[in-house]
Amino acid sequence: MTLASTLPRERAVPASAAARTARRKAVLNWVAVHSLAIAAALFFLLPFVFVFLTSVMTDRQALTSDLWPHHWQWSNYTKVWNTDGFLTWWRNTLLYAALGTALTIASSLPVAYALARFRFRGRNLALMAVVSMMMLPPQVTVIPMYLFWAKQLHLSGTLWPLIIPMAFGDAFSIFLLRQFLLTIPKEYVEAARIDGCGELRTLLRVILPMAKPAIAAVALFQFFSCWNDYFGPQIYASENPGAWTLSYGLESFKGAHHTNWNLTMAATLLVLAPVMILFFLAQRAFVEGVTLTGVKG
Amino acid sequence: MTTVIPTLPPALRRKRRRERARTLAFLSPWLIGFGFFFLYPLLSTVYFSFTHYDGYLAPVFSGFRNWDFVFTKYPPFWQGLGNTLWLVAVMVTLRVAFGLGVGLLVTKVKTGSGFFRTAFYLPYLAPPVAATMAFAFLLNPGTGPVNHLLGEIGLPQPGWFTDPSWSKPALTMLAMWGIGDLMVIFMAALLDVPREQYEAAELDGASAPQRFRFVTLPNIAPIVVFAVVTGVIQAMQYYTQAIVAGKVASGVIGGSGQQFESGYPHGSTWTLPQMVYNLGFQHYDYGSACVVALILFALTMAFTSILLRRRSGFLTED
Repeated sequence: MTLASTLPRERAVPASAAARTARRKAVLNWVAVHSLAIAAALFFLLPFVFVFLTSVMTDRQALTSDLWPHHWQWSNYTKVWNTDGFLTWWRNTLLYAALGTALTIASSLPVAYALARFRFRGRNLALMAVVSMMMLPPQVTVIPMYLFWAKQLHLSGTLWPLIIPMAFGDAFSIFLLRQFLLTIPKEYVEAARIDGCGELRTLLRVILPMAKPAIAAVALFQFFSCWNDYFGPQIYASENPGAWTLSYGLESFKGAHHTNWNLTMAATLLVLAPVMILFFLAQRAFVEGVTLTGVKG
Repeated sequence: MTTVIPTLPPALRRKRRRERARTLAFLSPWLIGFGFFFLYPLLSTVYFSFTHYDGYLAPVFSGFRNWDFVFTKYPPFWQGLGNTLWLVAVMVTLRVAFGLGVGLLVTKVKTGSGFFRTAFYLPYLAPPVAATMAFAFLLNPGTGPVNHLLGEIGLPQPGWFTDPSWSKPALTMLAMWGIGDLMVIFMAALLDVPREQYEAAELDGASAPQRFRFVTLPNIAPIVVFAVVTGVIQAMQYYTQAIVAGKVASGVIGGSGQQFESGYPHGSTWTLPQMVYNLGFQHYDYGSACVVALILFALTMAFTSILLRRRSGFLTED
């Protein structure tokens, strides 16, 4: 567990006894670090295992505290899948996440580019405003926003009040993209200028291809945050089951099957699965994005 | 900062004007967004907080009546505020400490590091509702696997989400399960610490804890500040997990408009954001809900500005 274990030992010509102690210490270190890592891995992975095991138990067994299924009942999954509404929730969630993500990127990229590259009066003020928007709890503005969408536009019971605002820039995405665009050398922009490109064309032809990793990260974050959103759909979609998303529907699913932990856990895994698959497909973009938010700048 | 001087040559002036129009064009989506989805609702929230408003009859000015109600005639406010502050203090501290610990561990693992990194990161991706329901099942006092295992090894079996003194620790455990994001940023920061500094410290005879204290910590301090600030912001907004855990543990039927015991059990998971929802969308007291929303906003701003006063680490210019 000590930092020394990761560092090369620079001892000139070690006596053999000293070398042996150092070796023994390194082995002990290896064992200690890996035992800790295994213990931590159990903490992080066992919940998935137990949830999965319960998801294939029979109704009866799920009411007991047995951990291993006596009879593997795979039909739980088809049962959940065929539950009224489950497919609709999927479709709604996908629509919300896909449209939301596309709109966020289209509207946030030019803003991030302007904040990273243009010199103008009030630039720092604009940046401060972006950051303060990032810190704003959604509950602070929800009442006037709800009244606007529900009473003026009569759009409650749909997902549009959640999707439309994404066409007007998302603070977190703007911030993350700006941090990345700052790292692109100015020379590229200047070269494009000499070749006669306007700002828009420079952004689309030169910057966009170079910013792909950051855009991928923003896309993933945004997709996941829509996919996971519970507060938004609860406010705007709850009155119309046809507009529920997976997060909101999942909770009511538990309500409708309140004794059936097996079905509930199967549904939970069906909500979790796409997120996990997406992660394994786009692991690098994701991890890069997380580091970018915390480290760069 | 340059200003446009009237004696500027016309060509240059035209260029300036063109640049300003271009900047405005690029910023326009966000300028509209900022005005319409931030400034306007924020000011409306302030306005509504001084009115009696149920969403049907037009708002009626009522002075400080809502404020007085929230502070003096609504005891759940103080309980919710207390819970929110508890989460800010305990959950954030434990999450940052645990995230840093796991980040450190991951930088030292030599065999199977790819596996361990993925394993530690995965829970972070679990949708909050799904994760909360999974934990409500795992920590189910009667039939859950956790108490089953605790029983096997002869440890006490807490009531978790059904016991007011265990519900917040249970939520904290859920939050620590999802420290994948913190692990990644701490890992990146730890790998960036210059090795020479460790070597120098070692030559000076610094012990491992001393090297951590005098080399590692100062180097990663900006990231620790970042993690604390974002953690506090998240804790102030803590909503989904608390509300879902309460609903599932109390066995209430979910779905639209269903009443349930807020902050089950005994208000122990009741937070400020839930109060905004409850007052506004279940009791149709939009005025008081706006008061709570503003208190939430003020507290968030106060915490973050105190934390960022010394360091604006993530705002620095290129």
